[in-house]
Amino acid sequence: MTASHETLTDKMTEAAVRATPQAVARRVRGLSDRAIAWLFIAPTIVLLLAINIFPLFWAIYLSFTNYRANRPNAVVQNVGLGNYERVLNDPDIWASMQTTAHFVFWTIVLQTVIGFGLAFLLDRKFRGHAFWTTLILIPMMLSPAVVGNFWRFLYEPQIGLFAYAVSFLTGIPTSEIQMLGSVNLAPWAIIIVDTWMWTPYVMLICLAGLRSIPDYIYEAAEVDRASNWRQFWSITVPMALPFIMLAVLFRGIENFKMFDMVNLLTGGGPGSTTEVASIALKRAAFEAWATGRSSAFAIILFVAVFGLANIYVKALNKVKQR
Amino acid sequence: MTAAHSVVEPSPTSKRVAATLVILYALITMVPLVWIFLTSIKSPPDSISYPPKILFTPSLEGYCNLFTTRTRQTPDYIASLPPPSNLCDEVTRERNMVIAGPSNFLPRFANSLIIAFGSTFLAVGLGTLAAYGFSRFKVPLADDLLFFILSTRMMPPIAVAIPIYLMYRQLGLSDTALGMILLYTAVNVSLAVWLLKGFIDEIPREYEEAAMIDGYTRLQAFRKVVLPQATTGIAATAIFCLIFAWNEYAFAALLTSGTAQTAPPFIPTIIGEGGQDWPAVAAGTTIFLVPILVFTILLRKQLLRGITFGAVRK
Repeated sequence: MTASHETLTDKMTEAAVRATPQAVARRVRGLSDRAIAWLFIAPTIVLLLAINIFPLFWAIYLSFTNYRANRPNAVVQNVGLGNYERVLNDPDIWASMQTTAHFVFWTIVLQTVIGFGLAFLLDRKFRGHAFWTTLILIPMMLSPAVVGNFWRFLYEPQIGLFAYAVSFLTGIPTSEIQMLGSVNLAPWAIIIVDTWMWTPYVMLICLAGLRSIPDYIYEAAEVDRASNWRQFWSITVPMALPFIMLAVLFRGIENFKMFDMVNLLTGGGPGSTTEVASIALKRAAFEAWATGRSSAFAIILFVAVFGLANIYVKALNKVKQR
Repeated sequence: MTAAHSVVEPSPTSKRVAATLVILYALITMVPLVWIFLTSIKSPPDSISYPPKILFTPSLEGYCNLFTTRTRQTPDYIASLPPPSNLCDEVTRERNMVIAGPSNFLPRFANSLIIAFGSTFLAVGLGTLAAYGFSRFKVPLADDLLFFILSTRMMPPIAVAIPIYLMYRQLGLSDTALGMILLYTAVNVSLAVWLLKGFIDEIPREYEEAAMIDGYTRLQAFRKVVLPQATTGIAATAIFCLIFAWNEYAFAALLTSGTAQTAPPFIPTIIGEGGQDWPAVAAGTTIFLVPILVFTILLRKQLLRGITFGAVRK
């Protein structure tokens, strides 16, 4: 009896073993799993090495030289940390970093407040909410360059719709609504377009956050007679916070790199009031042709984004674990 | 004392307030887009009249100007020309204009198509393979590799553009469609891998295991079981890659100047006589935006995944 019992177990084990993927893989004709994994992943890695990592290392190398791309035959000299020193001591570059920080701060504040507000309203699931959501999402799918170019038309003081609308609402003559030509207004002109375009993005992520909060938490709060205000601050906001922070992270990285819209709306002007880091970098690299110095600037920028993003992701993970 | 509605179902009043505010926002948000379209069907004088004209006689001049290059001529000269052969001719003659030469819009638009579709095809192809690799096999340092793939997106495009510009100059790839396709593929492949890994993770491994027990090899199982299951995910990923490549401006503006230039850097350079020809610019913009509008509506349900690299799922 024990013998037959044992054989039965053995048979079952054997069948089980045969069915496991390892056993199956061993029987496979042709390529082993390891070879396939390698074959599948390698092309992507090779492409990224060729078009991302190699240029990055080239930029690091160039950042230590006085190479100029418009004089390819000149003798290249190693200048050590000279380029980095010059970049870090250049008041114009610090000014461009400040301008960038100003943009990143205000676009994130406006987009988060409006985006979260919209998500909160859309979470009410009124009739036709799906249709209006889709409509609101359209701006962020468009090309920032094409959008920027067209907003330039809307902002024209003499013929533009924006100036007309503001003038109509406030009574200020249109000649004074020089959105792109005035030192004070130009940064806000860009912030307005960026907010118009990207608020839907924050809204969408916030909406996902709000929809992820289980109903029973609100039901429990209702049983405890928590006020709506209390529910909002003690349940809604904290539960949606990881999502809001994720939206801020993505928008922060993108706006730190902001180029297309600024280039088309103001090109950095008037003066250098809207000269964000990317525009300053473009001027150094493709107008002044100071390839070495602009490479050093690029590396500093990359390290800054990478570092800030990493610190932020750590904070985000802490919030998630709570 | 209990409310008529359930605890988590908002009251009709709050729904009405929410709907009003959202609709108001949506309408304001749509104004610039509607204005682009209206401008595209205005005549040049109507497009720059003040106050802005909401009522006007529609004109196709913007579209004609976009696809041709025209210049103003004296009425005598126009009268001396042979009779107009098509609608576009007729419209232009009415305004004392003749076609002076071919416009660059069509070749630039074709470049956009070739580069966007080419890079999407490559990025999705490579991305599907790599995503399957990461999803199904124990890859050494998988997390590090995935993070590396993601981090390639943190670099400002201008920063990478300098060495890529130099590299392309050496390789003869500057201002070529192939060069732009390779570049956009590299940028898009990170998104493709992350998105597709999420989609493939959701397909149960048991399907392939069952197929392999039936005698399929791993590659056959991938082709005949996993790929069909992943079709929706692959399609969504492809549209996201397409939209990125279609909309990209920074690399295109810095690395192309003529033959391989795409539409985004070209449209702002459309100049008419005596300043920017806004109806033509608006016509180019409208044509350029139509595919994106269609895709946005098709992608509604996948949008969240696509824009967050699959980090948030609905």
